[in-house]
Amino acid sequence: MNNQPVLDVSQLKTYFYLGENRVAKAVDNISFSIFPGETVALVGESGSGKSITALSIMQLINKPGRIVDGTITMNDQKLLELKPKQMTNIRGNDIAMIFQEPMTALNPVYTIGSQITEILRKHKKMNKKDAHQEAIELLKVVGIPRPKEILKEYPHQLSGGMRQRVMIAMAISCEPQLLIADEPTTALDVTIQAQILDLMAEMQKKFQMSLLLITHDLGVVYEYTDRVMVMYGGQIVEQAATKELLKLTKHPYTQGLLASLPNLDEDVERLGTIKGTVPPAYSFPHGCRFSSRCPYVMEKCTQSNPELREYDTGHFVRCYLYENGGSIK
Amino acid sequence: MQTSQNNTIQIESIDQPDRKHRSPLQLSVHRFLKNKLALVGIIVLFVIILGAIFAPYLTDHDPRKSNLMLVEQGPSSDNILGTDASGRDNFARLLYGARVSLTVGFSAMLFTLSIGLVLGALAGYYGGKIDNFIMRLTDLVLALPFLVLALTIIALLGKVTIGIFVTVIAITSWPTLTRIVRGSFLSLREQEFVLGARAIGASDFRIIFRHFIPNAIGPIIVNATLMMATMIIIESALSFIGFGIPQPTPTWGNMISEAQSIRILRYHPEAWIPPGVGILVTVLAINFIGDGLRDAFDPKSDRR
Repeated sequence: MNNQPVLDVSQLKTYFYLGENRVAKAVDNISFSIFPGETVALVGESGSGKSITALSIMQLINKPGRIVDGTITMNDQKLLELKPKQMTNIRGNDIAMIFQEPMTALNPVYTIGSQITEILRKHKKMNKKDAHQEAIELLKVVGIPRPKEILKEYPHQLSGGMRQRVMIAMAISCEPQLLIADEPTTALDVTIQAQILDLMAEMQKKFQMSLLLITHDLGVVYEYTDRVMVMYGGQIVEQAATKELLKLTKHPYTQGLLASLPNLDEDVERLGTIKGTVPPAYSFPHGCRFSSRCPYVMEKCTQSNPELREYDTGHFVRCYLYENGGSIK
Repeated sequence: MQTSQNNTIQIESIDQPDRKHRSPLQLSVHRFLKNKLALVGIIVLFVIILGAIFAPYLTDHDPRKSNLMLVEQGPSSDNILGTDASGRDNFARLLYGARVSLTVGFSAMLFTLSIGLVLGALAGYYGGKIDNFIMRLTDLVLALPFLVLALTIIALLGKVTIGIFVTVIAITSWPTLTRIVRGSFLSLREQEFVLGARAIGASDFRIIFRHFIPNAIGPIIVNATLMMATMIIIESALSFIGFGIPQPTPTWGNMISEAQSIRILRYHPEAWIPPGVGILVTVLAINFIGDGLRDAFDPKSDRR
């Protein structure tokens, strides 16, 4: 793998100013890199800041949210220093994004064709005819039957899976270096999920993209990704190669996530749960943000937030349990 | 085992879904054309518009030219609807008056629509302080009694032309449309396809014109149409009380105001009934069209 990352996020902070002096630290000091051709998973419960991280990279944060600090570097270009106009050229062209709801992610009043050709004409400066040809090719690539007819159809005439394929076709139309997929299969049924994920993996190989896959499905993570970052409370709490992380899970939060998965080999009465819920982003507990729900909480944990430290090669954990060579279980 | 014919399962051919590529707009047009009342409205309005356009060919009389020798004449072969208090031909005034009424209605509607569209779009798209400012402005204008405001402006300006008249109507009636546009923009802003459009690099301008307006066009067109009817009524009302477009320019409103004289009201119904009917029929036709459009743009109206 190439050493030069496609995307480098450093100390990114995205806060939401909710008024009454409440500040929701939705993304708080996150740093990570994505390398060419790599598939990275961003995992966490609802409200842990996954989507906000993705939207921050795209700079699509709406008020009252704001990127407070940090740098996002792509190909030696500091994205946060770009003018809004320059950023619209990056979006879709260098970084593309797929959303969770294929039902609403397409504009209902335009045909599929006009929505795909719109991007091609904007970013690739194609003329109408070429864009039309290219759109047919793209639909073929993402495995849509009868592409010529589908181009003339409206989003309401397609099924959810088809729409997500169209979204993928739109996302890859400009051969971006990085594709961000924000829970792309959550709204689809299980058989379609596998098809869409396979398609994305295939596209990734074909176009040599990097993929940032946001999900809370650890099965998907295991199947499709090289590296995992686990997010909790706007921070990365554990980061490692996928196989390593799932086998040698360190952070109590990640362990909790894994314990809550059904397992075919064991016969258990009840699935494991993590007690409590994610605290709202404006009132994290003092110290470690997971301390209010952690089964191994120590006095130290409520006093200061541990650093994200490398305990094994490439395995980063934000937890005091491992500080002096310690371990759990 | 024997398979009798009864055992074969009858698979009814499933109705092929409508494979025609119909856009939401085409579907709306289809629904509109099925609405009889709206069609009648269109035809009636069309006839009135034709009458207004071809007025010079339908009458030889100049609607502004008075003839003091022929004042308050009854219907005759030369003056089908008689003449008014200054001896102007009523039929010519009726036809040319339609021009003014329709022009005022249409241009006031267009003017109001453009103010409403721009301010509503700004408020709904950008939100925050801009939204707050524009909404307080609409509150302010809505709080002023329309008639008093309109009369004051007209009284201050003294001379009234069609342009001034249209402007006065527009600057007093934009708030409703602004609110409608703002409302639909606010809800569209939360739609994921807008986020999607931004994610593929669409600019603000492009999002407003390509993604917001086409999705909000239904209620905007409906309200603009119904507003046009209101504008025509406002014109006649103001003309009736003498604050409209002044004589000798013929309008339906100032033709009716002739009937303020008891003599005309009683002995010359042919002078004031036609413009009255003109207003009534035009406004009704436009309202039917507006209702038809409302049903046409509402996808749920099919279920009735």
